[in-house]
Amino acid sequence: MRVTCPHCGERDRREFTYQGDALALFRPEPDAGPTVWDDYLHNRGNQPGRVRDLWYHDPCGTWVVVERDTVTHEVFGSEAAAEVAR
Amino acid sequence: MRIAGKGLVDRAAEVRFTFDGKWYRGFAGDTVASALLANDVRLVARSFKYHRPRGIFGAGSEEPNALVTVGRGGQASPNTRATVQELYEGLAVVSQNRWPYLDRDLMAVNDLVAPFLSAGFYYKTFMWPRAFWEKLYEPVIRRAAGLGALSGEPDADTYEKAFAHCDLLVIGSGPAGLMAALTAGRAGADVILAEEDARLGGRLLAEDEGVDGLTGPEWVTGVLAELEALPNVRVMTRTTVTGAYDQGTYGALERVAHHLGDAGGRPLECFWRIVAQRAVLAAGALERPIAFADNDRPGIMAAGAVRTYLHRYGVSPGASVAVFGNNDDAHRTARDLAAAGVEVAAVIDSRAGVSVDGDFEVISGATVTGTKGRLGLSEIEVSVNGGTRKIVADCLAVSGGWNPTVHLTCHMNGRPEWRDDIAAFVPSGDAVPGMIPAGATVGVFSTAGCLADGVRAAAQALGALEIAVPDVAVPEAEDRAYVLEPIWRVAGTRRAWLDFQNDVTVKDIELAAKENYRSVEHMKRYTTQGMAPDQGKNSNVGALAVLADVTGRAIPETGTTTFRPPFVPVSLSALAAGARDKGFAPERYTTSHPANVARQAPMVEAGMWYRPSYFPAPGEVTWRESCDREVTMVRAAVGVSDVSTLGKIDIQGPDAGAFLDFVYTNMFSTLKVGRVRYGLMLREDGHVMDDGTTARLGEQHYVMTTTTAAAGQVMRHLEFVHQGLRPDLDVRFVSVTEQWAQFAVAGPKSRALLNTVLDAPIDDESWPFMACGAVSVAGVAGRLFRISFSGEHAYEVAVPARYGEALYRFLLSQAEVLGGGPYGMEALNVLRIEKGFITHSEITGRVTAFDIGMERMISAKKDCIGKTAAARPGLVDPDRERLVGLRPVGAVKQLTAGAHLFNDGAPARREHDQGYITSVGWSPTFDSYLGLGFLRRGPERYGEKVKMVDHLRGVETVCEVCNPVFFDPEGGRVRG
Amino acid sequence: MRYSGLRVIMEGLRGNTGWTPAWRDPDPKPEYDAIIIGGGGHGLATAFYLAKNHGMTNIAVLERGYLGGGNVGRNTTIVRANYGLPGNSEFYSHSLKLWEGMEQELNYNVMHSQRGIINLFHSDGARDAAARRGNAMINQGDDAILLDRDGVRKLLPYLDFDNHRFPVYGGLYHPRGGTARHDAVAWGYARGADARGVDLIQNCAVTGIDIEDGRVVGVQTTRGAIRAKKVGMAVAGRTSQVAEMAGFRVPIESHVLQAFVTEGLKPVIDHVITFGAGHFYISQSDKGGLVFGGDLDLYASYAARGNLPTAEHVVEAAVQLMPVIGKARMLRSWGGIMDMSPDGSPIIDRTHIEGLYLNCGWCYGGFKAVPGSGYSFAHLIATDAHHAPAARYRLDRFRTGVGIMDEEATGSQHNLH
Repeated sequence: MRVTCPHCGERDRREFTYQGDALALFRPEPDAGPTVWDDYLHNRGNQPGRVRDLWYHDPCGTWVVVERDTVTHEVFGSEAAAEVAR
Repeated sequence: MRIAGKGLVDRAAEVRFTFDGKWYRGFAGDTVASALLANDVRLVARSFKYHRPRGIFGAGSEEPNALVTVGRGGQASPNTRATVQELYEGLAVVSQNRWPYLDRDLMAVNDLVAPFLSAGFYYKTFMWPRAFWEKLYEPVIRRAAGLGALSGEPDADTYEKAFAHCDLLVIGSGPAGLMAALTAGRAGADVILAEEDARLGGRLLAEDEGVDGLTGPEWVTGVLAELEALPNVRVMTRTTVTGAYDQGTYGALERVAHHLGDAGGRPLECFWRIVAQRAVLAAGALERPIAFADNDRPGIMAAGAVRTYLHRYGVSPGASVAVFGNNDDAHRTARDLAAAGVEVAAVIDSRAGVSVDGDFEVISGATVTGTKGRLGLSEIEVSVNGGTRKIVADCLAVSGGWNPTVHLTCHMNGRPEWRDDIAAFVPSGDAVPGMIPAGATVGVFSTAGCLADGVRAAAQALGALEIAVPDVAVPEAEDRAYVLEPIWRVAGTRRAWLDFQNDVTVKDIELAAKENYRSVEHMKRYTTQGMAPDQGKNSNVGALAVLADVTGRAIPETGTTTFRPPFVPVSLSALAAGARDKGFAPERYTTSHPANVARQAPMVEAGMWYRPSYFPAPGEVTWRESCDREVTMVRAAVGVSDVSTLGKIDIQGPDAGAFLDFVYTNMFSTLKVGRVRYGLMLREDGHVMDDGTTARLGEQHYVMTTTTAAAGQVMRHLEFVHQGLRPDLDVRFVSVTEQWAQFAVAGPKSRALLNTVLDAPIDDESWPFMACGAVSVAGVAGRLFRISFSGEHAYEVAVPARYGEALYRFLLSQAEVLGGGPYGMEALNVLRIEKGFITHSEITGRVTAFDIGMERMISAKKDCIGKTAAARPGLVDPDRERLVGLRPVGAVKQLTAGAHLFNDGAPARREHDQGYITSVGWSPTFDSYLGLGFLRRGPERYGEKVKMVDHLRGVETVCEVCNPVFFDPEGGRVRG
Repeated sequence: MRYSGLRVIMEGLRGNTGWTPAWRDPDPKPEYDAIIIGGGGHGLATAFYLAKNHGMTNIAVLERGYLGGGNVGRNTTIVRANYGLPGNSEFYSHSLKLWEGMEQELNYNVMHSQRGIINLFHSDGARDAAARRGNAMINQGDDAILLDRDGVRKLLPYLDFDNHRFPVYGGLYHPRGGTARHDAVAWGYARGADARGVDLIQNCAVTGIDIEDGRVVGVQTTRGAIRAKKVGMAVAGRTSQVAEMAGFRVPIESHVLQAFVTEGLKPVIDHVITFGAGHFYISQSDKGGLVFGGDLDLYASYAARGNLPTAEHVVEAAVQLMPVIGKARMLRSWGGIMDMSPDGSPIIDRTHIEGLYLNCGWCYGGFKAVPGSGYSFAHLIATDAHHAPAARYRLDRFRTGVGIMDEEATGSQHNLH
């Protein structure tokens, strides 16, 4: 499996650490309430098919949002998490 | 027997080998199988379940029968395919799964009781009495099962792993693969041509077919010469592509030295990870058997394999060969044998009205309905026109048609599709992204068709790579149509084998269907069809067809067949190359390592690091003696310990303080320059991630320390928080763990010791508790932190790593003058337990700030990671298990980590569990064991007595619950 | 039909012509008292215990493929009760007791083999954690023995004790742990449920869940609509998809876990061994194959197949620990879809929709849970009350923080369990 780092290009999966759904980038306000926080921390759409999730490129330290398919493992594209979060 | 004038083996190079201890002769270029057949050895193996005598069925890696053990001692390799293993001088080959002898195997009694060993019989019995399963039934079954045996010695060979990259990976070098490689090679693409066999050519080496007026092997030699002259083409023989993975990654096993008696320093195997932009799968096709009564005897072979032995190795597997088939391909076997002077007993064709030119009898519209020969075929029974005939033959060449080698196309969940015209499965479109199947793999069976299809596939790949397609002429070759009428099984009452190796017969499939294991997956799992070392390569399609037949369904409706990686079995040693011994994980050493080793300190693993456990002094026999001395030394004088393994993260920028405020529970933006603060870091789910001290070296400059264990995790976390949550903050950070060597100097004489190395002596006023800053250490720019993990007046001094060893040695020599010295992990642990400091023994990942009594460290003035979740009701429940100190107060004085806590008098059962002990140390300071643990409502219970129960070590101790800070709770010593 | 050794002999003498189907293939009825979605181990066991313990026989199990085709048919067959935290402790203890009577209960030999599990540890800290777990097991009434290095050497002399990167300090030995024949568990429960009147309906995919006024009234399937007052979901790996049909999200992320088997070999490994520092576990099947696995591939996936990095790492751990198996050859690798929950522990609970029950989140440990899960889930569906051993498997524990059972202490990061 190969994943693309926006800075370093396509690399072997071994260079990355996976972290889960990219919704982690959208942290609720502290007072958003337990339901919102429960959704943020725990509940996931987790449907088969296209997802956006977080990968850390260990050699360069970039967090990457990768758009890919969880059924076929096709990778459609990636962008730096910092760009998505901005 | 060897046939004069035939074959590609080197008749000038005789090679001797043993089989079951007896010496035989073959030639260079032989496999074990061809050499055994040349020596008329037909009985080679025993089957898995019934221990039926078995010979050689095929001529490739798909061989279902002829599995042998080769090599000796730690080099012995069980379950080796005799059809793949090349001969070398002195090769030792031993048969398997027989006792005591191959020709007199007592386990063959299983075959006599076969009626009671039908499919799934074991699910229906061996249930009574219950305890007999482990004691009696299972041990007997286990001993009988299995095939070859491991030697019991560590693998004595060497292995390698490697990566390769290319534009086009061509898998297989038959006519399609060669033309694909040639086309892409001429186009200038980076090509890897991977061929499982030792020689290129595929069936061009196994048939008597010409190409462009040359013989097959001659034409192959010419193509190989051109490929080898192309710098952009890499030809890899003895290399099997074993798996197709995501984004064009392929696994491949190169058998580097299996064919050599002396590897000459080469690895035995190399496992490749090949990343290819495109691939052409030209893996050919596998011939399939036909199920008829007793079709498993030695001498019954695939017809194509018989031709392989004839043309490639110059061997006839029998003196009188009969041929049974349902397609014209089978006739070619008879013709070729007859032309080589081998007696053809008869050609039996299941199709009616078939005629073949040749000097042999053709029986059309006939089937083979039985065979004879205890240890090898002697006679076949043929059913024709309602009658039966006996025909004497010692070899029967069988062809039920060809199955395209679709295996790799299934590895990414592609499902092959059924084609009625060739009665076989072919790859579904785009089953593996970027892989283009070609030639026989897509059901093109003529030589001319394969040559052309190879060019077609390469052109398609080049088009996708945007490389111009060169003009390649397709060579002239035979272009016969492939015509067959499917026949899967011959009706009869005797057992007819489908999966030779696992002894699955037509009856087993019928029984599975009768018991409603009708789904193809149920049938396979119930009968073990396709689970043997050939993974159903020879039998899956036939078994599916039989299942379709007995359940009254069409084949595509019944199901499909799928295959998982690897294509051929791969030795664990090859997949694990490089990971033996210390190679499994990196080893990290501190700069003090040589000095510690020189002092005979036992080094222990701390994550990837090695750290000294203790420093044995003369006369000390146990680690405890050393540990006690080191603890006392620190409390009384001074100790030195390398703490460089702790993570060190340099943080700079205008928003560094704000950033730290967000990742730590407490405030760091308010920390004064030149001061250090303890920080607590939570995960976003409110549990403690890590702790450590962070020093403010400048207005915009902090240095964070993490625990050794969590250094990597914390760095990743900081990057996430910055990039993913707070990209607005102007802050940068970098790990400097390896750039600085850092030593703890602890004890009442720590300042005195430091002043021997510092260029400007320090005092309490310039360096109060929790001060930090730059210092000059014997002329080297260093850093000093007045922090303590022991409760003593202590410092940590840091210098660039290249000065680490020198500083360490100097500190130790000066410490010894002051009555001090080095202390190890054991003493460090006791010192921190005495002081109630936590480590990852306490902050296990389940623990909250509330649990460790640090809930007030979560600043009310600001948000931070984990703050909201930490306030969930369940995480601040007073009934939680919370940190306490424990000391023994009863007759038993021992504490053990991992013991659980109970109220005195309560039974030690789960319902009464009050908590557990996480850390224990013998404190020479208190002359007692001291423990840290977690107890329900712990801080409310100081002074109470609880019972510690350790069932595992048989210890029960009454403890007093106390404040976890045993030593100097007022903190006078760290300041003094 | 009752299975026995005598029956095998009698049928053998008669040419094995008298065997009858292990289960029927009924068409779905228009309505059932309860429907279980998912004909895997958990769903089939639930149906069996609904019928056996609660007399509910007008029920159906709906399976989109073939019975036992999910994770019950693709795991590494380990059965154990060696958990350390309340909640898991009592649940797996109960489940193991059910295993110990399963063959008699089902009249089906699932080849449950209590050959013993040894969890190796490789540091003082890991030993203390193992001791804490082992003591919890004994507190629960299960068995555990703490082995030192020599104790491990006696049981497993073929490990590499001398050149190991992470030396073996000892092991936590769980003699009642072991393995079972995975498919047989599904088939045994299927046969038992069918015999009690449960309709097992294969090739019947649920495509929708019918909800009226906040309560479930039935399901839509590829074989038509089926009404039911109660619907239980036992579709681990695909829980999020089925939950989506009912309009809610669950704390689950689906991950791929690979497993591996070698060619058949004469007996070499008699126990189940786990190598914590290397993420690796192994046993040898009765057919002789070494069955092993390790960590997740560590990315969300529904592909039910993995990639080389994890496969290689697992094998590296294998050969590091036991170089004597280096010459064994990996025959097959496969993958399953794991329902990863935030705390590595499952959920057996009601949902906010009346009559809709949830059984999910088994992470990579669902096989050993099959009997306990079926037993407790049946209890919940039939009585609407939580069964005591599974009472802590609440859906809301993540929201409230109450009773989080984070056995591996890695927190709310689904992928890390």
